[in-house]
Amino acid sequence: MNTATALKDEAHTDVTWQTICTKADLVTFSGVAAWLATAEGPAQVAIFYLPGHAQELYAIDHHDPFSDANVIARGIVGDIKGEPVVASPIYKQHFRLEDGSCVEDESVTLRTWPVRFDGEKVVIEA
Amino acid sequence: MTTPASTKQRLIIIGNGMVGHHLVEQLVEQGALDRYQVTVFGEERHLAYDRVHLSEYFSGRDADSLALSTADYYAEHGIELRLNEAVLTIDRQANEVVTDQDRYPYDRVVLATGSFPFVPPIPGNDRDGCLVYRTLEDLDAIRAAAEKANTGVVVGGGLLGLEAANALRGLDLDTAVVEFAPRLMPMQVDTEGGELLREKIESLGVQVLTERATQCIEDGDTARHRMVFQDDKILETDLIVFSAGIRPRDELARDCGLEVGERGGVVIDDQCLTSDPQILAIGEVALWNQSIFGLVAPGYQMAKAALSTLMGGETRFQGADMSTKLKLLGVDVGSIGDAHGNQNPGARNFRYLDQIKQEYRKLVVSSDGKQLLGAMLVGDNGYFDTLMQYYDNGLELPDDPASLILPSSEGAPALGPDALPETATICSCHNVTKGDICATIDAGAVDLATVKGDTKASSGCGGCAALLKSVVDHELTARGVEVDQSICEHFAHTRQELYDIVRVEGIKTFGELIETHGHGLGCDICKPAVASILASCFNEPITDAAHVPLQDTNDTFMANMQKNGTYSVVPRIAGGEITPDKLVVLGQVAQKYGLYTKVTGGQRIDLFGARLEDLPDIWGELIEAGFETGHAYGKSLRTVKSCVGSTWCRYGVQDSVGMAIQLENRYKGLRAPHKIKFGVSGCTRECAEAQSKDIGIIATEHGWNLYVCGNGGMRPRHAELFATDLNDEQLYRTIDRFLMFYVRTADRLQRTSVWRENLEGGLDYLKEVILDDSLGLGDELERQMQTVIDNYQCEWADAISDPEKLKRFRSFVNDARPDPDIIFTSERGQLRPA
Ligand SMILES: Cc1cc2nc3c(=O)[nH]c(=O)nc-3n(C[C@H](O)[C@H](O)[C@H](O)COP(=O)(O)OP(=O)(O)OC[C@H]3O[C@@H](n4cnc5c(N)ncnc54)[C@H](O)[C@@H]3O)c2cc1C
Ligand code: HEM
Ligand code: SF4
Ligand code: SF4
Repeated sequence: MNTATALKDEAHTDVTWQTICTKADLVTFSGVAAWLATAEGPAQVAIFYLPGHAQELYAIDHHDPFSDANVIARGIVGDIKGEPVVASPIYKQHFRLEDGSCVEDESVTLRTWPVRFDGEKVVIEA
Repeated sequence: MTTPASTKQRLIIIGNGMVGHHLVEQLVEQGALDRYQVTVFGEERHLAYDRVHLSEYFSGRDADSLALSTADYYAEHGIELRLNEAVLTIDRQANEVVTDQDRYPYDRVVLATGSFPFVPPIPGNDRDGCLVYRTLEDLDAIRAAAEKANTGVVVGGGLLGLEAANALRGLDLDTAVVEFAPRLMPMQVDTEGGELLREKIESLGVQVLTERATQCIEDGDTARHRMVFQDDKILETDLIVFSAGIRPRDELARDCGLEVGERGGVVIDDQCLTSDPQILAIGEVALWNQSIFGLVAPGYQMAKAALSTLMGGETRFQGADMSTKLKLLGVDVGSIGDAHGNQNPGARNFRYLDQIKQEYRKLVVSSDGKQLLGAMLVGDNGYFDTLMQYYDNGLELPDDPASLILPSSEGAPALGPDALPETATICSCHNVTKGDICATIDAGAVDLATVKGDTKASSGCGGCAALLKSVVDHELTARGVEVDQSICEHFAHTRQELYDIVRVEGIKTFGELIETHGHGLGCDICKPAVASILASCFNEPITDAAHVPLQDTNDTFMANMQKNGTYSVVPRIAGGEITPDKLVVLGQVAQKYGLYTKVTGGQRIDLFGARLEDLPDIWGELIEAGFETGHAYGKSLRTVKSCVGSTWCRYGVQDSVGMAIQLENRYKGLRAPHKIKFGVSGCTRECAEAQSKDIGIIATEHGWNLYVCGNGGMRPRHAELFATDLNDEQLYRTIDRFLMFYVRTADRLQRTSVWRENLEGGLDYLKEVILDDSLGLGDELERQMQTVIDNYQCEWADAISDPEKLKRFRSFVNDARPDPDIIFTSERGQLRPA
């Protein structure tokens, strides 16, 4: 489905920590979108940054299955009973940042990836 | 433990209509499936559907959405559903029912075969294009026939006939109703009511012919059919729908020798048993105490009684009330109890007739004037609920019963929920009384949703929704239950409380507010609400770092997200006035960035399909040409629509365009609980439709009349006249106060219309606060508005001059190329989402 990727071919190794961007590219308490190379091909990922929170970084699918549009990074971040979630900006379903599961519809789960800071760099394992 | 199938009794239900299905639901809910193995036969190929709302099949609903249940539901509960399989005979000797497929043994049978439309025995009644109105298939046939027709006639001017007439009208046919009796709806209304109804219906373009008996139908000259009446007058038409009453489908019962009534109907007793105690009958096929009940609620009550009989319970059918509340061709008609006053000797009448507004109301009261025996309403059913409560509960009437039907400025006098006795029926579809509601509340229900879930109240026709809510609210308050109004789980405050906290403590960021007055991270409810409050108070750019994460995506990117993730660009065109130069720029920008353009209802031009990463460049060019943001994305002032006014229009008495531009520039950027729309008309002809706006202004010879709290959209509401003949200055000041008071006290996402409807004290209170300054808030509100006006800046101009803010408009942080999944196709010479 996706046709473009920013990442060079050598990044297509099995499972690696890929450098995505720097801390300065992030928006606090909100999300940005990026390309990620995965075993199944390039994927659009939403990266959320919650400074001061127990887990500061989350990487979750940017594609919203309900609207079939790539928009998750533009949703509002919040929590439901303490669990961090993002609300899809189109039809407002909530997805748990921890595991990508949808609060309103158990049958839907977004992909998530391990993500961390490496110094100033943001790296994702895929 | 469930009983093994072999020892269960075999129950066969014949007919899968509304009542037959209701019985199935009752069987499931009351645990009867432990005792019975159930098989249901339906002659139609559709599973039971909502016949009451059948006509909506023509106004957009499909068979699926009218369905009352699903095949899965039947399967899940082990009920065998055999649709499209009519029962041909009941063999009472062998205890079997027979279809063309097989013979099925039974222990008990329930007949729920409903009725069929009566077609008068007129020669020619079976011609092609002579149809009836009862099933989905009938409607398919009517739709097909209407395609080749220009005119349609409904034979029968009763409830169903008028509904059918409306449907024909909706299919673009020239429609007439032919009624045998001297008036329409002879069952429900009297001569005067019928006359009014005729006027109303004729004004909708439907021809009404009463006292007409059709003699025969033959080939027509100008249309397919010619109807010849008793006086040799004729009427030509392409399509005829018969709606001359219903007859019970009692043929199975007749054939197997059950007792049937003289004029049809399977005779049943209070237990719904027929003359053969193995066989029961319910719904429109059943004749109880010499009566057929052609409404769904009595059928449901029979289903309950039948269930009780099957389970050895005590519930009996005790007759049912035939009061009805209808909207026919958009005309309200209501009838309660003995509406004609001919069943109660000595009854007295009160009647009210308004030929201008076309309303008619009649009360039938006992000779001592204390009890309501019946009522009839044409034109306004607002009076129905209260009258029904008096009737149903035998409440003593007020000293002057006429007050119940006389017009008053606030509509019908409502009977407060506390005046109702415990036995008062609130929901008649599911037979829920006030006592039942109190019981669920006593058992721990603390909100409307739980009460609805527990009692099923208001889940039938929904007509009782308002009454139910007021009873629940009243009972909760009476028990000292504080109805939880918190905005969300992160703040134990209402929006108004948060607004006051922000104002009083001068809190300027969400972080500070949640730290001091809430907990957690917030969510997509409280964040935008607080962002709006902060903007209303301080009007700092919403794209500032502290505010960005709070906004809905529309506010974050200052554009409306469309369904494929692209955005619309809406520059402000104040008052709808635009120079040719600017018009050219809009076109050029749209061409350059491949945008779809449309003139909107708000008198401006929207550009659709902008990609996130193009937004800054697009706005750069627009701002260069003198445009500014139109706030189409915000809960804020949208547009001030205007008519062309005295500058061009020969009727205009003031410069409505000039005023519209003044107002739009004054209030642009004001953030509020919801969007706000204005309209300004240059004279009383009201071409700008200002009375459908939150703020409507209409020019007079002496100044401006101000209307407030109107709405278009899904729930239209006429704005109310608030002040007259204001000069420009007075107008600004009044609107300043009004808007700030709304911003301060409304709930989140509450338009002015809903706010006004929930405002205690209503319009009079609002006038006192705003015009008479009864709370002494006037100056403060004006000052607060001045702050917003002074701090206005175009958010887009601010954003494109700040590289930090522009960072957000990258499609991807690690690739400058656009999202390849956004694909467009073209239509009517422009782009649209694929
Ligand atoms: C257009 C329209 C508008 C209406 N509006 C209202 C309203 O506003 N308010 C109101 O209270 N009522 C209204 N009604 C009446 C209401 O729909 C009926 O009272 C209700 O549907 C009766 O339910 P029932 O189950 O007895 O009959 P039905 O719903 O007619 O069901 C009977 C079913 O049994 C099937 N059947 C018959 N014989 C056999 C057989 N031998 N074998 C197998 N199946 C068989 C039939 O095909 C049918 O599907 C309206 C009716 C119509 C047509
Ligand atoms: C009963 C009085 C009238 C009403 C209710 C009325 C209503 C309307 C409405 C709803 C519109 C469409 C506005 C829009 O595009 O959003 C309109 C357009 C217009 N009206 Fe009227 N109107 C009335 C009388 C007049 C009169 C008397 C004039 C001038 C002499 C006039 C001139 C116009 C013009 C020029 C337009 C714009 C036409 C266009 O968009 O192509 N109207 N009117
Ligand atoms: S409202 Fe009056 S002034 Fe405005 S266009 Fe209509 S007729 Fe003219
Ligand atoms: S009416 Fe409905 S479809 Fe049309 S613009 Fe409004 S929300 Fe969209």
